[in-house]
Amino acid sequence: MKSWKLVIAGVAVSLVMSSASYAAKTDLVLGIVLEPPHLDPTAGAAAAIDEIVYANIFEGLTRIGPKGDVLPALAESWTQSEDGKVYTFKLHKDVKFHDGTAFDADDVKFSLDRARGNTSTNAQKGLFAAIDTVDVVDPSTVRVTLKQPSGDFLYNMGWGDAVIVAPESAGTNKDKPVGTGPFKFNSWAKGSQIVIAKNPDYWGKPALLDKATFRVIPDPAAATAALLAGDVQAFPVFPSYESIPQFQADPRFKVVIGTTEGETVLGMNNKKPPFDNPKVRQAVARAIDRKSLIDGAMFGFGMPIGSFFPPHHPAYIDLTAETAYDPELAKKLIAEAGHPDGFKTTLKLPPPTYARRGGEIIAAELREIGIEAEIIPVEWAQWLDQVFKNKDYDMTIVSHTEPNDLNIFSRDDYYFNYDSPAFKDLIKQIDATSNGAERTGLYQQAQKLLAKDVPAAFLFQLPKTGIWDAKIKGLWENGPIQANDLTAVKWLD
Amino acid sequence: MLSYATKRALIAIFTLLVASLVVFTMLEIVPGDPARLMLGMNATEDAVHNLQQQMGLNQPLAIRYFSWLGGLLTGDLGKSYTYSVPVFDLIKERVAVSLPLAAISLALSTLIALPVGIFAASKRGEFSDTLAMGVAQMGVAIPNFWFALLLVYVFAVTLRLVPAGGFPGWSAGFGVSLKSLILPSIALALPQAAILARVTRSALLEVLGEDYIRTARAKGLSRRQVLYRHALRNALIPVLTILGLQFAFLLAGTIIIENVFYLPGLGRLVFQAITQRDLIVVEGVVMLLIATLILVNLLVDLSYAAVDPRLRRRS
Repeated sequence: MKSWKLVIAGVAVSLVMSSASYAAKTDLVLGIVLEPPHLDPTAGAAAAIDEIVYANIFEGLTRIGPKGDVLPALAESWTQSEDGKVYTFKLHKDVKFHDGTAFDADDVKFSLDRARGNTSTNAQKGLFAAIDTVDVVDPSTVRVTLKQPSGDFLYNMGWGDAVIVAPESAGTNKDKPVGTGPFKFNSWAKGSQIVIAKNPDYWGKPALLDKATFRVIPDPAAATAALLAGDVQAFPVFPSYESIPQFQADPRFKVVIGTTEGETVLGMNNKKPPFDNPKVRQAVARAIDRKSLIDGAMFGFGMPIGSFFPPHHPAYIDLTAETAYDPELAKKLIAEAGHPDGFKTTLKLPPPTYARRGGEIIAAELREIGIEAEIIPVEWAQWLDQVFKNKDYDMTIVSHTEPNDLNIFSRDDYYFNYDSPAFKDLIKQIDATSNGAERTGLYQQAQKLLAKDVPAAFLFQLPKTGIWDAKIKGLWENGPIQANDLTAVKWLD
Repeated sequence: MLSYATKRALIAIFTLLVASLVVFTMLEIVPGDPARLMLGMNATEDAVHNLQQQMGLNQPLAIRYFSWLGGLLTGDLGKSYTYSVPVFDLIKERVAVSLPLAAISLALSTLIALPVGIFAASKRGEFSDTLAMGVAQMGVAIPNFWFALLLVYVFAVTLRLVPAGGFPGWSAGFGVSLKSLILPSIALALPQAAILARVTRSALLEVLGEDYIRTARAKGLSRRQVLYRHALRNALIPVLTILGLQFAFLLAGTIIIENVFYLPGLGRLVFQAITQRDLIVVEGVVMLLIATLILVNLLVDLSYAAVDPRLRRRS
């Protein structure tokens, strides 16, 4: 009997001892909600890929900084020709890929040509559409000639989809990513975690962490427990809004509510009656109380928007008043449109909570003005197939998380079915303008046009809800692109 | 004997073949394109088309079925659309978590359930029986994810004895890996134990009502002797049947517990593969499970024959 007690006591002590050995202060365990399908940012749209590799493992000619600005990366500098069509990039020298092969202008040509080539599987092939030719001038100089001037070109080259890869490793990057960044890929236990480690031969400012582990935690309750138990020390995009107040009250944690590029909209099929009538779309927008929507679906996190533009952008204007909540006016508009008794319609909702919870609130608000919206929950694969590709829908809710995506409203055959020559013309002008003040003016005109036409009801900007150990410094507060740039992250003593 | 065994084996192979056809066609008609899903909302049509070609999705259904079936025969389950690694390797990694988890939970639930069930049956109608069965009823009713969260808050968040979740991998050490399976196996085992205890009790009570038990008692055996020597052995048959079913459930049906403890098990692999339309992975796992079940059934059939001479003679 006694020996049993001893054994139990021994086990208990050893359990306590082993959990007391805390990690050294140069590693960091971060929680992520979705596991990336693979780790090649040039062959997939999943934000989860960039959330691990962007700026850490892979680098492009330029990069997007924490404020959404374009910074030099593998290109140390560049010049632009008078006509705006020729960019000449000066590359950093003595840069090596993680497998030891040297980086030079040939790799840049290879990467850009691969991304825009006939067999490309790049998810953002459109970023490279403006490129006419890529020429190697010498090992550290690349000249890119565009078909027409493009104000977005340098920004586009900073996307994760435009990173520079080596011909030797491009085929195996999905499983063993080889880049030029300050961290090297270490291991990936599928379904569990991905580990990256400091690259001791990095060409630039070395990383401050020795090791970073990204742990996949899809369940919101588990995410809360993992942070509280200290199993993960940072959750850059924390999924459980309802638990945030608990962390705000706890001095061990820092809670940062930042902005993202995620404009959440109630999409309407602009070619399908009754939504082909702008009055109906305006009525729908007027029937929605953004504040109660954000409170109910997002626990108060998220900023109301009145057009399709991120509030942190310098050219942003607040247009929420254009379609402010006004159920009486909504009823009037819907009667003017020839539906005095309202109508029946459908609302297809993809899996994220903002859509499922938001959809219920919106359906209830629409009922107030006589619109009966039947809720149809769909999976992502179904959503892409039915709503996005085949435009078989009346209304849907989705967040457009890509940066710089105002131009989706100018695309032919995009799922909104919005077709405005005036808007298309504005986007063309924006694309051809690199002057800052002029661009700002055009951006604002475009925002106003969308707020007036209501091709979709603009709801709110998704927040970036970051929670991490109060002793960690250097994580991004906002999400101008979906990334976890760890290059400046460190533990305070 | 041989003809009985051969017949059973042939039936098993035929069942597997039919299952492969049903699984393949059913999954292939599910709407949603894995290439489109991978490349997202901004992708151009030609990029999607290129990826479909890379994944081999543009070939006719029949050709894909037969090349998949041919692969199955040689142990090649194909390559995952999303992860681009062999499906076999993916499954192997997950089985290394799910199998030990299932085994520990099963052992734990048996160790709890059998004594409780026997105890309750032997005290039929008394207060301790009512109490034990009341607790068991609660164990059945409490959702296991809620119980799991409770365990996490007590043992991981407050006491910090074990991690809140995750699995470090067996290569990280036997001790730490086992430690990360403690809470999930308890969370899985208790509801199973509750069911098993109730089954054990009712099976025992049924057997105790049989004539031969009365005969044994009449011959002068004590209650205890009758219970352990005559009743328990016969009552074990329904208990073993339930155990077998529970094992099959524990192997892949534990997705909720895997989510709460973010364990990389088979259940989560299937779930993720379905949402990402990584159908070749779903097909692989489902075939593996079907094959396991058929194999277990086959072994059971054969062991019946070994035990029961009537079955041998009949064929």
